[in-house]
Amino acid sequence: MSLLQTTNVIKRFGGLVAVNKMTFSVDEGHIVSIIGPNGAGKTTFFNSLTGIYRPEEGEIMFKDHSLIGLRPDQVSARGISRTFQNIRLFGSMTVIENILVGMHIRLKQNALDALFRSKKFHAEEKEAEQKASDLMEYVGLKNVGNELARNLPYGGQRRIEIARALAANPTLLLLDEPTAGMNPNETEDAIKLFRRIRDEKGITILLIEHDMRVVMGISEHITVMDYGEKIAEGSPQEIRKNQRVIEAYLGREAASSKD
Amino acid sequence: MKTFFSELYKKANSGFWPIFITLGLLIAGTISVYQSPRSLSAFLTLMLCPLLVYFMKINMKVKTFIGLILVIVILPVLGIRNIFYLEVIFQMAVFAALALGLNIVIGMAGLLDLGYVAFYAVGAYTWAIFGSKQLSLLHSIPGAAPAGAEFALSPNYFWLFLFLGVGLAALAGILLGLPVLRLRGDYLAIVTLGFGEVIRVLALNLDKPINLTNGPQGITPIQRPPLPPEFILSPIRNLLTPIVGHVPSEAEFYNVFFYFLALIIIMIAITVATRLEDSRIGRAWTAIREDETAAIAMGIPLVKMKLAAFAAGASFAGAMGALYAANRTFVSPETFSFLQSIGVLTMVILGGLGSIPGVIFGASAVVILNIQVLQNFSLYLSELRQSDAVIPIINFAWKDLSNQLDPAKYQKLVFGIILVVMMIFRPSGLIPAERRKRELVEDKE
Repeated sequence: MSLLQTTNVIKRFGGLVAVNKMTFSVDEGHIVSIIGPNGAGKTTFFNSLTGIYRPEEGEIMFKDHSLIGLRPDQVSARGISRTFQNIRLFGSMTVIENILVGMHIRLKQNALDALFRSKKFHAEEKEAEQKASDLMEYVGLKNVGNELARNLPYGGQRRIEIARALAANPTLLLLDEPTAGMNPNETEDAIKLFRRIRDEKGITILLIEHDMRVVMGISEHITVMDYGEKIAEGSPQEIRKNQRVIEAYLGREAASSKD
Repeated sequence: MKTFFSELYKKANSGFWPIFITLGLLIAGTISVYQSPRSLSAFLTLMLCPLLVYFMKINMKVKTFIGLILVIVILPVLGIRNIFYLEVIFQMAVFAALALGLNIVIGMAGLLDLGYVAFYAVGAYTWAIFGSKQLSLLHSIPGAAPAGAEFALSPNYFWLFLFLGVGLAALAGILLGLPVLRLRGDYLAIVTLGFGEVIRVLALNLDKPINLTNGPQGITPIQRPPLPPEFILSPIRNLLTPIVGHVPSEAEFYNVFFYFLALIIIMIAITVATRLEDSRIGRAWTAIREDETAAIAMGIPLVKMKLAAFAAGASFAGAMGALYAANRTFVSPETFSFLQSIGVLTMVILGGLGSIPGVIFGASAVVILNIQVLQNFSLYLSELRQSDAVIPIINFAWKDLSNQLDPAKYQKLVFGIILVVMMIFRPSGLIPAERRKRELVEDKE
């Protein structure tokens, strides 16, 4: 059964069609990748899924409910969390607070609880703090809870972003170029982390990625986009051999001269 | 040089020194204000004490105790000796509450609001209209009040209207919030600025078709809440008479009364601000300030949280507005000019955006600067003008100095200088905001 199903999604910016008739599905429990050259419309497609953009046409179904017209926070409440291509942490908040923000929709306290410091408030805050600490450890960070997020090194910030996304208890995790700018060792660690998230937490992962080693290494299913359209999909082996994909990446001439 | 000072600071802030210095200054300040109630430097010395109490490393309980003694005993008693100080402190409290409210909107949620004083006006006019004779003058021409007009409500209703002022201001906050939700930065600032002006112009012009606000002349007299009953007042009066050297009058008691009301409201405001800041709501506000797109993608309902910030910020101003109307027994549209909004903004920026102790300090500093330092400077200049003194080298006689030169009127200049200087040299304010450090299990290893 597919967890996420999009049908003919179209997103235009003026005359430019950024995403054109994307029909695409993600099966529950899989790690699925979207790849494509720069400007292929991958991130725009992500933004359409999460409610940041509203697609002009098409249908997006998540757990058999439509996501069209929902605000990003509502999409998030349905169980889709994401990270961003260029890290978007809350820089002057501490690491632990960043993760607590991710828990926002899962916390039940209201303004009165906060004002009168009810028992419920204290219990919930303590539990949330504990859970945030656990998440930090889960993504491989230690003793940085009270650091400002902007003071962490790049790799650490990537990890916090993932921890923050996990804090909302998602069923589907969208990762937008999660290994961009990482060195080979960090990339290796990241791949392990993604696998663990899927295997241990049972969270379905959809990622946009440029690094072919990452994509080929962990994806069960790959969709290739170019000029806003889906040009191919299939298993890593199938994609590797696909003529249109090679052309999209290398150009038609280079691809034919290679043969 | 710098290391010398930091060494000195370290030394002064360890062992017994903090409590020694603080108490010493407190006693010195108290005695000097008691001896010379008109001296500005004596007052400034005393005003340094709360700052010391805040910064010095002293046991929390001792700190609280010293602070309470200062605000509950020392300040009111000294205030009766020189009633002007109570006025200064009352204004400090009023503006500190305004700064705390504005700090929620600008400092925490990052929504630049240049019309904040509008909410202050809403609170003030709420009690002004119902606590004066205005209700029976609705159909008369402004200014030409018939002799038989009567107060519509008993002064006891003030307490109800204090809460109504809070509620109405919060409602006004939401009404302002709704249309500006999509706006960010400069655009938001311009619309809020307009909103502030709209409220002021409404107050100015709602004397017709029905005379609700009495137009530019303002509303007066406004009733004050009744003082506590005589059986509470008379022992206090007996106690105070020998200390202050005369029998405190009812007017003086009213000043102390309003001082305590302002104190209670400011305490509540501080509690509300700190507790909201350190909760799910406060974190959501800060997240919105830091990165709106990321915040909404993390599941934060932007509309709800922004409106909450506007409402919470406005409610502080509403409370102080109602109190201000009762204290002055007079409100007019002039009080709620754009300059006031900028003034409160200056306090927030001087103290530190997002920093609760910072904005309280900022408010106190600006109030003292405005109504004491500048005024004293004006006084000094006018004394010079009347003397025969001459500036030596350029041969300029002080009595030729233009009467137009009056530092007390240079508020705008002062606000401007503070804003520019702070933005260049210390954009995070004099007491910058700090994130709370949590005791995390993982930290203990």
